[in-house]
Amino acid sequence: RKGASVAVVRSDGRVNLNPKGRRAQQLISNAVATKSDSAAASSSSKPGYDSISDLEHELLLFEALQEGLEEEMERDLRVCVMGEDVGHYGGSYKVTKGLAKKFGDLRVLDTPIAENSFTGMGIGAAMTGLRPVVEGMNMGFLLLAFNQISNNCGMLHYTSGGQFTIPIVIRGPGGVGRQLGAEHSQRLESYFQSIPGIQMVACSTPYNAKGLMKAAIRSENPVILFEHVLLYNLKERIPDEDYICNLEQAEMVRPGEHVTILTYSRMRYHVMQAAKTLVNKGYDPEVIDIRSLKPFDLYTIGNSVKKTHRVLIVEECMRTGGIGASLIAAITENFNDYLDAPIMCLSSQDVPTPYAGTLEEVTVVQPAQIVTAVEQLCQ
Amino acid sequence: MSFISESSQTRVPCYRVLEDDGDLISDCDFQQVSKEVAVKMYSNMVTLQIMDNIFYEAQRQGRISFYLTSAGEEAISIASAAALSEQDIILPQYREPGVLLWRGFTLQEFADQCFGNKADYGKGRQMPIHYGSKKHNFFTISSPIATQLPQAAGIAYSLKMDNKKACVVSYIGDGGTSEGDFHAGLNFAAVMEAPVIFFCRNNGWAISTNVSEQFRSDGIVVKGRAYGIRSIRVDGNDALAVYSAVSAAREMAINEQRPILIEALTYRVGHHSTSDDSTKYRQLDEIVYWKKARNPVNRFRNWVQNIGWWSERQETQLRNSVRKQLLEAIQMAEKTEKPPLSELFTDVYDHPPSNLEEQEKHLRETVTRHPKDYPSDISV
Repeated sequence: RKGASVAVVRSDGRVNLNPKGRRAQQLISNAVATKSDSAAASSSSKPGYDSISDLEHELLLFEALQEGLEEEMERDLRVCVMGEDVGHYGGSYKVTKGLAKKFGDLRVLDTPIAENSFTGMGIGAAMTGLRPVVEGMNMGFLLLAFNQISNNCGMLHYTSGGQFTIPIVIRGPGGVGRQLGAEHSQRLESYFQSIPGIQMVACSTPYNAKGLMKAAIRSENPVILFEHVLLYNLKERIPDEDYICNLEQAEMVRPGEHVTILTYSRMRYHVMQAAKTLVNKGYDPEVIDIRSLKPFDLYTIGNSVKKTHRVLIVEECMRTGGIGASLIAAITENFNDYLDAPIMCLSSQDVPTPYAGTLEEVTVVQPAQIVTAVEQLCQ
Repeated sequence: MSFISESSQTRVPCYRVLEDDGDLISDCDFQQVSKEVAVKMYSNMVTLQIMDNIFYEAQRQGRISFYLTSAGEEAISIASAAALSEQDIILPQYREPGVLLWRGFTLQEFADQCFGNKADYGKGRQMPIHYGSKKHNFFTISSPIATQLPQAAGIAYSLKMDNKKACVVSYIGDGGTSEGDFHAGLNFAAVMEAPVIFFCRNNGWAISTNVSEQFRSDGIVVKGRAYGIRSIRVDGNDALAVYSAVSAAREMAINEQRPILIEALTYRVGHHSTSDDSTKYRQLDEIVYWKKARNPVNRFRNWVQNIGWWSERQETQLRNSVRKQLLEAIQMAEKTEKPPLSELFTDVYDHPPSNLEEQEKHLRETVTRHPKDYPSDISV
């Protein structure tokens, strides 16, 4: 009963096939990741880089974020960090580990528990020339900061006639984790995507995590950087040299000819896993990690659509009002003539994420569904 | 076992320097003002009063869409501004244009913002009275209540990092203290030892909500202690008291790096705004009493006149001159073009992204194709 079991790939490359009943013993605390050992594997997120060990170093995604943050704080004295437990505790996901010790507890500020307030505080600091990086312990808690993010962060540059800029970075982990419950499994990108004046990016590898963090800090616009709870322990070799990633560019993960699969964040890995299976079945999927959630990189996406004529979107957002919904609209509007089939979108259902492990698993798009969808699309 | 009572036996006393009729209270400690400062303060209060009247009338005549007066609160905005330096950063609520006036914002600049024309620093993007001026260190007003309080903590944080000898002054009304941001803004400022002056204008009304329906504490001054913040209650209609209190607060905030809470008791003589008719929910004679017998402008005038720093003649001259300037400013603002279409799309980001450029192109095409359906005074 192949359909009932789920292939789970450990970060060290071992694959477990778990029949449903034995799930509990196999709960993994590490992220799902693919190993680059076959034709179906992703090209690494850094463009055309050979692994020469003395020009690279290996680290985990949370360490890449920390490295990016630390480098920017060294480079520009105006960069500061604020959030709950970011100081001596080092952050709930260790992204700010060691920074308070190095830069002092004013530049790495522990705040009381009031998201709307420390986000507002960050906005005020940004308007006076600092470059704050505000951490939401979980993206879901930033719903409490919605007023400041929407009415002030997104709008004050505009309503002040350009007099005040808000070069703030708001970041934190979101997405569905391992049984964290509905309130800790939110996909905030759905809610924020409508706010004018902000940019949104989602990182998915240590390479782009560091690059996007640095680019976001250097940007004059407010940027929301979405991290994923399950991707913090991904390991990768990244360059030693200074680099940033373009905030508005999508990432070509795997070039192909038959179908364009658009995805981001954790779903990239489910897609790549499905890609392995698809290649074995004779398909050639093009996988693009869209990375820039607002605005969409319609240039890269468009070129892909013009080549393959079929689009599958794989997202973690809910069906209604998510990134996928907006992406479908944008592609249909701009590239309708190039499509040979209606766009397919695989999303989570419109339900709160349940706590029970089995239910949680079926609420997230799994590789098997992706394989089926591509087969349908390519009929 | 004993419970702390919900209220103390007596209310927190209120600091004042002038009697209701403008006479100096004997043996009162206050910050002396020079003739120059006193005359500037008084002239600004008169200017603010006239400005409010004329803009209010302009709204009634349909020339601007909205206006909010600070009637009854002239001493608060002018006297508090007078006690600050140009480097101190102001985060207003919306009823403090007097602070901008003190800092040199011209009547023309006020009019341009209210008319939303192309000379407006806000480029016509905000409602009238939502002033903002970076060069005057007066941060653009944002309508939602109390959002400026946590931002004030952030700005004070920035001043701390830069080791600047300046403070932040954030204004809030009695109603605004009910917002969650009030609690968090004060708490943050206290924990971070930030140089912020939280200035609460307790004017008795939040649109139609009287203070008795807003909170059950003895006003706002008692809340300071809950956050570990030094506080004072002052008579908001006494310009000299406000001046002294803010001067002292500023010293403490900067030298001791701590927040201060000032509650200024006053009365909102005008309606909440041009969208409100306050006679619907309060007695007319209450309004008239505060307008006539407890007027802060009259009270201060009595004092400046009694020391010989002001005369009837100067009064008439000033009022006529201001009135004339205002009418001219309004006429000029009315005639000035509105911002062009391109300003709809600028400043959303630092540079317009491709989707906005596309949307602008599309809009221009539509307006050009159907000119009759769009206002004729929009320059494309």
